[in-house]
This record gives sequence, C-alpha cells and structure tokens, in this order.
Amino acid sequence: MEELDTEPPVTVVPGADPARTQLCFEWGPAEMLLCETLFGPRGGERPRGPSCVFVVRRDQDIYMETLRKLFNESHGIFVGLQRCEEERAVRARNAQLIQVSKNYRSVIRACMEDMHQAAISARDSALHSQYSIQVSILSAMELIWNLCEILFVEAAPAGPLLLRLLDWVQLHICDVDNMVREVLSSENPSKHKLFWNVVDIFVLQGRMDEARHLLSKEAIANPTSMNMYKILDDLMKKMPVPSVGNTQTLTEMELKWQHWHEECQRYLQDGTFASSSHMESICKILLGDENAILEKKELMTTWYHFLVTRLLYSHPTVKPMELRFYAQSSMDMFLGEESSPEPLDTILMAAFEFELHQVIKECSVALSNWWFVAHLTDLLDHCKLLQSHNLYFGSNMREFLLLEYASGLFSHHSLWQLGVDYFDHCPEYGRVYLELHIERIPLNTEQKALKVLRICEQRQMHEQVRSICKIMAMKALRNNRLGSALSWSIRAKDAAFATLISDRFLKDYCERGRFSDLDLIDNLGPSMLLSDRLTFLGKYREFHRLYGEKRFSEAARLLLMLMTAHIAPCSFWMTLLTDALPLLEQKEVRMLQSLSTLNVPRLGLFIAVQELHSTPSVLSRAGGIGMTSNLE
Amino acid sequence: MFVARSIAADHRDLIHDVSFDFHGRRMATCSSDQSVKVWDKSENGDWHCTASWKTHSGSVWRVTWAHPEFGQVLASCSFDRTAAVWEEIVGESNDKLRGQSHWVKRTTLVDSRTSVTDVKFAPKHMGLMLATCSADGVVRIYEAPDVMNLSQWSLQHEISCKLSCSCISWNPSSSRAHSPMIAVGSDDNSPNILAKVQIYEYNENTRKYAKAEALMTVTDPVHDIAFAPNLGRSFHILAVATKDVRIFTLKPLRKELTSSGGLTKFEIHIVAQFDNHNSQVWRVSWNITGTVLASSGDDGCVRLWKANYMDNWKCTGILKGNGSPVNGSSQQGIFNTSLGSANASLQNSLNGSSASRKQS
Repeated sequence: MEELDTEPPVTVVPGADPARTQLCFEWGPAEMLLCETLFGPRGGERPRGPSCVFVVRRDQDIYMETLRKLFNESHGIFVGLQRCEEERAVRARNAQLIQVSKNYRSVIRACMEDMHQAAISARDSALHSQYSIQVSILSAMELIWNLCEILFVEAAPAGPLLLRLLDWVQLHICDVDNMVREVLSSENPSKHKLFWNVVDIFVLQGRMDEARHLLSKEAIANPTSMNMYKILDDLMKKMPVPSVGNTQTLTEMELKWQHWHEECQRYLQDGTFASSSHMESICKILLGDENAILEKKELMTTWYHFLVTRLLYSHPTVKPMELRFYAQSSMDMFLGEESSPEPLDTILMAAFEFELHQVIKECSVALSNWWFVAHLTDLLDHCKLLQSHNLYFGSNMREFLLLEYASGLFSHHSLWQLGVDYFDHCPEYGRVYLELHIERIPLNTEQKALKVLRICEQRQMHEQVRSICKIMAMKALRNNRLGSALSWSIRAKDAAFATLISDRFLKDYCERGRFSDLDLIDNLGPSMLLSDRLTFLGKYREFHRLYGEKRFSEAARLLLMLMTAHIAPCSFWMTLLTDALPLLEQKEVRMLQSLSTLNVPRLGLFIAVQELHSTPSVLSRAGGIGMTSNLE
Repeated sequence: MFVARSIAADHRDLIHDVSFDFHGRRMATCSSDQSVKVWDKSENGDWHCTASWKTHSGSVWRVTWAHPEFGQVLASCSFDRTAAVWEEIVGESNDKLRGQSHWVKRTTLVDSRTSVTDVKFAPKHMGLMLATCSADGVVRIYEAPDVMNLSQWSLQHEISCKLSCSCISWNPSSSRAHSPMIAVGSDDNSPNILAKVQIYEYNENTRKYAKAEALMTVTDPVHDIAFAPNLGRSFHILAVATKDVRIFTLKPLRKELTSSGGLTKFEIHIVAQFDNHNSQVWRVSWNITGTVLASSGDDGCVRLWKANYMDNWKCTGILKGNGSPVNGSSQQGIFNTSLGSANASLQNSLNGSSASRKQS
C-alpha cells in the first residue's frame, strides 16, 4: 500500500529556539524529555534565559476523563469479541458481528452525550471548545463506523441497502428536530416560514408519512390547493420502497417503481402542480430530478445526503458495488467548483468505493489516537474482510494497530490494565510488547506491584516476575525494611539476595539481641529452603521458640542439628555455643551424650566452654539469650 | 505529541544530557556547571529537584541510570577524564520532609587519559557492569562483582578502537543466541575513510571482546549510536547519528567454528537513511519497544522515525521550538495546536450543528 505523502505533524516546543540551540532528549516509558543544548564544538555561546526541560507526551486523549468510558467499555466489547464462540451458521455469525458493531457505536454515542454535557457545563471557554471539538470527532467516528457497519459488517444487499442508508442519513446528518419542533409547535404550522423547508427535508429523507402529515395541514389551511394536495399525497403514499422482509423480489419492486415513476411524470407534465412551486419541486424530487434536489442543498448540507436522496428517487435497488459511481458523481455535483473534499469526505468516499484499506489509512491519519482504527480493523478482521486484500499484511495490520493502541494505554497510570488484554490477543508480538511495557510500570505501592505480578504470573512471564520482586526487595532493603525485603526475595526466588538479607537479620540479632519481623520468619515454610542462610535463620528462630516454650530436649536436638549441618555462618558459631550453655543445665537434656557420638573437632571446644560455664563473668558476657526464659 | 510541561532546570550553564530512570519517575540532568541534578515526579505529575551536587571538575557530558534491580544508582562522565558512580542513600527523616535526598560517590574511574565522552550501563542480565569511551580511543568495561558493595569496581576489559570515541551502545538483547555486544562510534574527523562504527562482541572462549564488524559505509564522524530493543528478532537493528540518520540491520550468519574463533559474522544492510535534518545529527535513541527512533540535529529539531507494517520507514513527527521565550516554568498542561489541526479538519467536515445532535 503506497504511503500518503502527508507532512509529518509538527509539535511546537514553546521557548526553544532552533536558530540558537539544539535539543537533547531521552525516551521514557510514557513520556519524552527534551532539553535545549548545544552540540558540537562550543563557541562560548550560551542559550539565553533559564534552561528548561520539556516533558512531551504522545497522546492527549487518554488523559481526558470524559473518554474514560470509551476506553473501558470498548475494552469489554473487544475482549468479548475475541473470546466468544463463533457461530457456525453464516447468518448467525453475521448477526453476532452486527451486534458487536452496534455495541461499539452505542459506546461512542454514550461518550458523545457525556462530552456534550461536559461542554455545556464547562465554565472555561477553552475547555468548552475542547469538549465541543471532541463531540464533533466522536460524531464523525460514529458516522464513519455506522457506514462501515452497513457496507462491510452487515454487507447489506441491494434493497435493504437503501433502507439502511436512509436510516444513516436520518440519524446522523441533518439536524431537523429543532426546525420540526418549531414548526409543529407553532400556532399555524403551515404559515410558519420554515414550513416548506421541513416538508422538503422529510421528502429528501424519504420520510413520507411525516411529509404527508404536514402537507395535510397545508391543505386544510389552504383549500384551493386541495386537489393538488390529494394527488401529491397519493403519489407519496404509493411510492414503492424496498421491503424489509423478503416479500417481494427486486425485479418486482423495480417494475412497480417504474410504473409509479411514470405516473409522477405524467402529473408533472400535465401541469398539475403548476400553481404551487413548492409542490412542483416536490414532484420533481420524487422523479429524481438532480437539479431539483440540488436546489435543496442547504437543507441536505452534505454530499452524502444528496447521494442517498438521489438513490432513493432514481435507483432504489442500487447494488453495493454500484455505489461508487453515484458517490463520486454526487460529491462532484454537490461540491462543485467552490470546495474540495475534507478528510471526512475522503474517508466516506473510500467506504462507498469499498476500499477498506483506504478507509483505515485515512482514519489513521485524520484521527489523533488509535482507538478507532484499532477496534474497527479488529472487527473487520473478524468479518474475514482483511484476508482477501493484499497478501502481505491482512491480519498484520490488525495486530499493528492493536499494538499501537495498547502501547498508548500503557502510558496511563490505570488504563494500562486494559492494554494487557489487547496485547494478549496479538499473536505475533503481543507477548514481547507486554513484557517490555509491563516491566516499566512504576511500582509506587505494594498493591500495584502485586497487581502487576499477578498479571505476569498468569502469563508465565518468569523473568518479569523475578525482576519486579528484585526491584521491590532492593527498595525495601534500602529503606531497612528487612521483612519486606526478605519476602520479596523469596518471591523472586533470589537465593543470593535471600542470603544477604538473612545475614542482615542475624547481624541485627547479634547487635540487638532480638529478631525483627518474627511473623515472617516463623512462617517461612518450605521457602526456607531457598538458601542455606535462610534455612539457618528460620531454624535458629525455631530454636529460640522451642527454648521459650521450655521444650528443652527438642531445642537441644535442633541446636545440635544446626551445629552439625554446616549451614551456620562461621561468625555465628560462638553464639551457637553460647546458646548451648544453658541447655547443659537442664537435666532432661542429654546433650553431652549426644555430642559424644559425634566425631567432631568442635567437641573439644564445647567441653572447654562447659568448663567456662562455672565462671560467672563469662556467663554474663554471653548475652541474655539462654539466661532468661523470656527470650523476646 | 504535545508538550505537557516545562520545568526550569536551574543549571548555571549548558545542559548536555537528560536521562530518565527505568520507570520514568525520576530524571537526571548534567551540565557544564559540573553538577548533576536529580528530579522526582510527584503523584500529581509535578517534577521537583530532590538533589543537586557537584560531580566533576569539568563539564559533565552524560548521565545515566542503572537498572532499579541494582538500587538507585547513577553514572556520569566528564571532560575531567573521569567517570563516576553514585548511589542514593536513604536520608534522615528531616531530609525526607524537605524532599531532599543524598547521593554519594561510590567510585571514580580514572583510567582514561582524555575526556570521557560516554558512559552506559550494560543490560541487566550481564550484572552490574558499565562501559565508558574516551577521546583517547579506548572503551573500558567495568564490573561491580558485589552488587551490594558499589565501591568495588574492576576494570574487566580495555578495547582499543584506534580512533577517538564519541559514543557507545550495548546490545540490549538477552537472548542466549546473542553474545554480549557493544557498538562504538567515533567522531574522528581527520581525513580518512576508516569505518567510524565498530562492533565488538564478547568471545566466550577467549573471554575477551573482539571486533566483529566495522560499518565501512560510515566514514563521517559519528556522534551517537543506538541498538534497538530486540523484540525477539534474530537480527539486530542499529541507528547511527552522523551527517544523517542511518538505520542498519545486522543479521548474524553462521558462527565460524574455529578453535579460537566463535566470532559471529554479520550481514549488514542499511534499511533507512534520512537527511531531513539537513545538518549533522547529534543524537539517536529508540523508544522502549524499538518501534520509533528519535533523532536530534543541528537544525534544532527532533524527528521521529517509524516503520509501517510493511517495513517502510518514514518521518512521523517533528518537535521544534518556535523561538518564543517561556515565562518561567509551567507545570500546567500546555495543549499545543498541532494536534488540534488534524482534529479540526475532521470537525470542519461535519457541518455546524453536530454539537447539538439529537437532544430529545
């Protein structure tokens, strides 16, 4: 697909002067930093004024509170679409996809309402205009999406196609309600200056019943036109329209329509409406007279309204593939010489021409964030519409757009969670993008860290789990929160770090004579085995507990095990031996006997210590551990 | 893109580098005023300077953050021929109340005989390691074997590049299929046609770095160089800032299986070359997914480059000053107009009363 030759958008950095300085920069996960500097050999010049660092962000829209609903709810629809069971029957599947499309559109409309309310209640004029702009953009999005739904998702065939397009016009294009209300609620509707405008609009939009209703008021007010009115009313009543159900074939309808058209023609040529220019013009419109329709340009306001009106009155059984010819000529006739197509016009034209890729490309350029194209393309992909186009990038384009959109979500402090699901449904690069983004999420609080961890654990992202736990452990350690540091290291399965922290605990104990974070150490369970030092810490604390509970035999056995298991750090040997001393006093403890079975060089030292036992000064120097029964 | 904030940096002289920490919540600036400043982002998005101290006895060229797995660690390099490693120590509660923190120097790396032009930490899977490069043409790789003791760094490798070096970039790939790799750029501008980009790879057998490639087509002075994050690709992408912006791909070929060999040979392609800056390009840097490259040039602009889903690279944005001075610093949002222009055109296409849609 050829690239558009658009100029890249320029973001202004207020205050920086490209004539005097250059810019150094750095990417961050969500923002970019820029700063004025001078590269190259310096000539002693300095930038004037205080140096500034600029923080640049990609996407403004995700920060708008009022769009939050759009992102959240469309996320639900997206995930639902990826996960729902595909209906087997083509028709059922089609209905499913149409429903999804309608859901998306209703989310857009809901958001538009909110935005509109916000615009009304905004006290600041800049804010008001910002909201108003957003309303217009959302409105344009819904307009485009609706057309895509008709043409691509539903793929309405000739017949229903026209009906859908009429609905589309009525819903989106012309704001007649104000005018209608004004006219209907007036004393004398047929005398209202906008009366004929409203009648015309109804006719242009194929709203025959409403047009006839208004016309009847005119007939009552103006009895001289009763004859003309009756004929016109009859013609309008009889106009064949494509039926909703399949009660008639297209050919039948076309035949009927031909007859009706000829009848209208006769009345016009007979001069039946000659005395009322309004009614005559209506008759001409019924006959599909392009000039007559174009005269009502101001009422239709857009070329696509003109297109649909033309189709209604000249070719109601138009086939989808024929649309392109009518569309192009309608635009040309409507815009004429004065104006050239705007971005929205180009997008709609591409849709009428069934150029899906063009639609997506143009939307990508015209809209400031990826929300619209990402979700629409995903839906079209589910409709299996992208495969048939170009071999290189059918579903690659879907993934490309989803990756862009989700990446944007990650720069937001809470919307990133939505992004996770989008990455999950990008088979090729989703996982690696998620890995790269998720490890950058600032772990401000423990809860946030746990939330991120859960996401990583669910997806077996082991390296990210380890890294996050390590970062948290390091942070805790720096702030001297040993217990927290230890639990994070255990979660990270970081044996080296666990050893380090255990050493700190032991050091603390030696200095202060007691342990901190007892709850944690008491409940280590099997994670104790992560490192020898940690095992030692856990078991040593258990020894203290046993001693405190006066379970001296068990305590002694444990102590012995600690001494012989080679997991005690050398620095701790003295402490262990000192701990053994009071146990020797306990009659139940058969420590010496147990020790004698050991062929341990330390035994000699042990006995030596026992002899010191009798010296009070040694005992008092041994710290308060075994000397009192209250250990803590 | 839009400028969300501007922060008065308060350095007394030219700022040379600005660096984000891993999570984007802290930043560091360094300057010719010989100091480094550290800024922290608060919950509401405001930036506050939490430390400012003299780091060197000459202009500080670059400052960079280590991975947070190693704690809060910075490295800086300077004209004074040294590089230094700094660690933040958790201060007294008084300091915390005042929003200040302290950074202490853990080590000074004094091996260079000339200005140290760049300093970069290695990818975290290699441990706590950094590389420096100097105008004397030597790249030095240091390691801190004990992550808890940052005052012990040992010089592990000295790579003589023969040309004055201006920039280095570690290959971030942690794949086992790739050996550690570092790219070095030279800004030597004596008239010669020597390759100004060299790629060194660690050889497991010899336990040394050896030159794997030289980009022969880059003969103009190189000011910056950057490997892109690896998205699971088998090949590497390298951006070079020279008289223009260049993007190369390096596809590893079969490793030569010689006894002391094991060096990878690469197939090198240039996938993009842009001279839109119309002048020297001084910095290049990749975003975190390696999908957008930013470059900064003598023309005072920053340009963004991106490949579409067909791998065609093009400029997708320009950041440029408008010359009008800013009044002090603004921590309020600055909504600029360029974003609005695209939207405005879409808005204009819709006629008038769209804002007052169905109000029933």
